[in-house]
Amino acid sequence: MSTVGVGGAGGARVQIEGVHKSFTLDGRSAPALIDISLEVQTGELLCLLGPSGCGKSTLLNIVAGFLPPTGGRVLVDGSPITGPGPERGVVFQEYVLFPWLTVAQNIEFGPRLMGVPAARCREITARYLEMVGLSEHATKFPVQLSGGMKQRVAIARALANSPSIVLMDEPFGALDAQTREVMQEELSRIQRVEHKTIVFVTHSIREAVYLADRVVVMTSSPGRIKEVFPIKLPETRNRFAPEFTHYESEITRVVKEEVAKVHE
Amino acid sequence: MIRALALVAFLIVWAAVSHGNRSLQAMNPILLPTPGEVVAVAVSLARDGSLERHLLVSSLRIAEGFGLAAVTALALGVLVGLYTPARLAVEPVIEFVRPIPPLAFLPMFLVWFGLGETSKVAFITYTTFFPMFVGITASLLRVDIMLLRAAASLGATRLQLLRRVVVPAALPGIVVALRLGFGLAIFVIVGAEFMGADAGLGHLIMEGRVFFNPAQIVMGALLLGIFGSLVNGLLLAAERRALRWRALR
Repeated sequence: MSTVGVGGAGGARVQIEGVHKSFTLDGRSAPALIDISLEVQTGELLCLLGPSGCGKSTLLNIVAGFLPPTGGRVLVDGSPITGPGPERGVVFQEYVLFPWLTVAQNIEFGPRLMGVPAARCREITARYLEMVGLSEHATKFPVQLSGGMKQRVAIARALANSPSIVLMDEPFGALDAQTREVMQEELSRIQRVEHKTIVFVTHSIREAVYLADRVVVMTSSPGRIKEVFPIKLPETRNRFAPEFTHYESEITRVVKEEVAKVHE
Repeated sequence: MIRALALVAFLIVWAAVSHGNRSLQAMNPILLPTPGEVVAVAVSLARDGSLERHLLVSSLRIAEGFGLAAVTALALGVLVGLYTPARLAVEPVIEFVRPIPPLAFLPMFLVWFGLGETSKVAFITYTTFFPMFVGITASLLRVDIMLLRAAASLGATRLQLLRRVVVPAALPGIVVALRLGFGLAIFVIVGAEFMGADAGLGHLIMEGRVFFNPAQIVMGALLLGIFGSLVNGLLLAAERRALRWRALR
């Protein structure tokens, strides 16, 4: 249980009910998502997996409130969402830090908007700086950081605002393979403390099996839900365990069917 | 260092050419004043206090004209940059008027506002407004939507988005627009003061022509150059300080 933070640890329930999304291109309406219904449980880490262009990022943007769905609705703890909100933190693939603010100022951006007193802001910032291992870089500006460090700041910024839900859009997609695995371990460690409700978009099957409580595989465009895999593995996962590779090959088989369709 | 050397080299070349001309009599020496003669004019004008007065009058006109234009461009730029209907209404008018060379309208300003201060200030305002407005609007429109999304998902209200994201993100572009506007103000004040002014550096230059004193013309021009680069240097320093985060790597 956390001692600092505005709302403390813990998640909320997300219900995605019959969501459709179409985009209008050259006057013609093209479907991107068809009839997505999904329930993310409190404290669950759910991975959305699918070939590129399948609409998984679109779905995340709808849950974030950045895009309105064409049909259906999204509920958070029973109330329909109408736009972005501080209970839904977002971590973007391209970090999207505020370049004119230092690392510490980026992290305390949310609490300061909420009018949290300065002393408490400092406590929160210090805690999350330590959690992501950047205490020594508090006064640096984003241009001075590596990609992995920027993404840690972005994660700390989202968590410092005490959202009950964290939406992550291929957050490790721009990182090299080694940094990526380190960041996955970091996130899994943080999640064991924070118990947020996390929706994590990725196209890496290994990443999904490593992190997720459930993996949702989507079809190629227009995106529908193809199959849902509950991952029954211990909290601390071993990427080389036979059960791990079993899930990996099982999901790979399903994803490949969809990737093949794209190339037909 | 290189900058200082280049300046010194320029002065040496100028002195060599003008003194050389004096001894060779290639053209009438009065047409090509030496650095010494230019300084002498400045000293004699400074002695009776008129140099100070001309400088002050010009600075005041620039400050008023530029200041008024900057405030208007900021206010209108924010309105047009953030509110699409305003942009759609204002843009075509601006794009119609903007390409007209401002000097073409200078006589109109004299007709409207007479020979006093108002016509000069108004003309500088008119001239510097357009590039500043266009630059400010463009930098507000260029603010990355992802930054706005990030702030909105951290709970920012519309007003907080404006204050905490749009303004700081657009600031580099806004500062550049202001610097451009200021440069232009120095550019056009000369024209404004050529026509019907009784003081100011532009008037001093015109007086040099009327009383056939080329040294005074050169002095007026150099003073404008020095004044412009001093203020530009100040603005650049302020810009670097405010935008420290961009330079670090």
